[in-house]
Amino acid sequence: MVVRSEVIAALESRFGNVTISEFRGHSRATVEAAEFIDMMTTLKETLGFDMLVDVTCVDYLNYRDARNRFGLVYLVANTTSAERLTVRVMLDDPDPTVASLVPLWEGANWLEREVWDMFGIRFDGHPDMRRILMPDEFTAHPLRKDYPLQGRGERHNFPVLTRSEG
Amino acid sequence: MAQGSVSVAIELPENVVVSKLDELASWCRKNSLWPMPFATACCGIELMATGASRHDLARFGAEVFRFSPRQCDLMIVAGRVVMKMLPVLQRIWQQMHEPKWCISMGACASTGGIFDTYCVVQGIDRFMPVDMYIPGCPPRPEQLIQGIIDLQDKIQLEGTVTGREFDLRARQQRKRALMELPIVNSPSGLILPR
Repeated sequence: MVVRSEVIAALESRFGNVTISEFRGHSRATVEAAEFIDMMTTLKETLGFDMLVDVTCVDYLNYRDARNRFGLVYLVANTTSAERLTVRVMLDDPDPTVASLVPLWEGANWLEREVWDMFGIRFDGHPDMRRILMPDEFTAHPLRKDYPLQGRGERHNFPVLTRSEG
Repeated sequence: MAQGSVSVAIELPENVVVSKLDELASWCRKNSLWPMPFATACCGIELMATGASRHDLARFGAEVFRFSPRQCDLMIVAGRVVMKMLPVLQRIWQQMHEPKWCISMGACASTGGIFDTYCVVQGIDRFMPVDMYIPGCPPRPEQLIQGIIDLQDKIQLEGTVTGREFDLRARQQRKRALMELPIVNSPSGLILPR
């Protein structure tokens, strides 16, 4: 559902660096990391986008024409008007950090833990920043483009039980 | 049991059969294999289907699927095992009492299947002893039943009362003594081939 023009006008007037575009019925707003938390607060409290659907990330490491390495994707939805908006935040490599959405949406807790586990993006203000999918002692961030698909040998680093011992 | 009969010189009545204790014990064990279902993924559904009424696994002695390793003989690993789950699998295997056997059901448990990724173990036989592999994605219930029948044959042929067939070290030592090769003890306790 394309967001209404009032919503677009409100966002563009309040925030200077936001870019709003639309493609085949889906709207996207690209925002800077500095204005990100204000924009999400505005979306939730003033403009009625009360549901955080998902938080994920794209690694543009080997992508041609890429300007930043990480592109965070936040999907928000308005449950009364059925509008959906994609919010993009572009981050760069040494220490990618962004404000955490846990104070606004409790559900962002596990979603941001997954992004930390898979991509290594730190969320400032997250109450419980630890791995959620991989084991706690895992050292790499597997969904980054410079991590090989088969891993670096962590999957076979276990003791062997044989018939005479096990 | 009849083929294991030993011929004796005295005349026996018709209702007496003579056999070896090993064969008797193996016959009892093979016909009462209680599975420990370690179902992690899609093969688990086929395992449940095999235990259901149409392809009834209880016909072959698997009367109950005990979910406690202390009460089971046979561990059926059905489904892919990720690296986070492998220590759990090993611990449950160690908690099972001897004699115990393991069936690796499906492609993922046997070799990792289509999931050649950073988190899926490429075959549980890398980390624990497996007695029977059942290929398939998922294997049909009939294939699982055939695997269990083949395991029953294996138990009958190789089974002993005291479980000597599970002592890999002793078996290797006997074989090397037979072949008159030097016995070298490696740090892990196993005799590694040169």
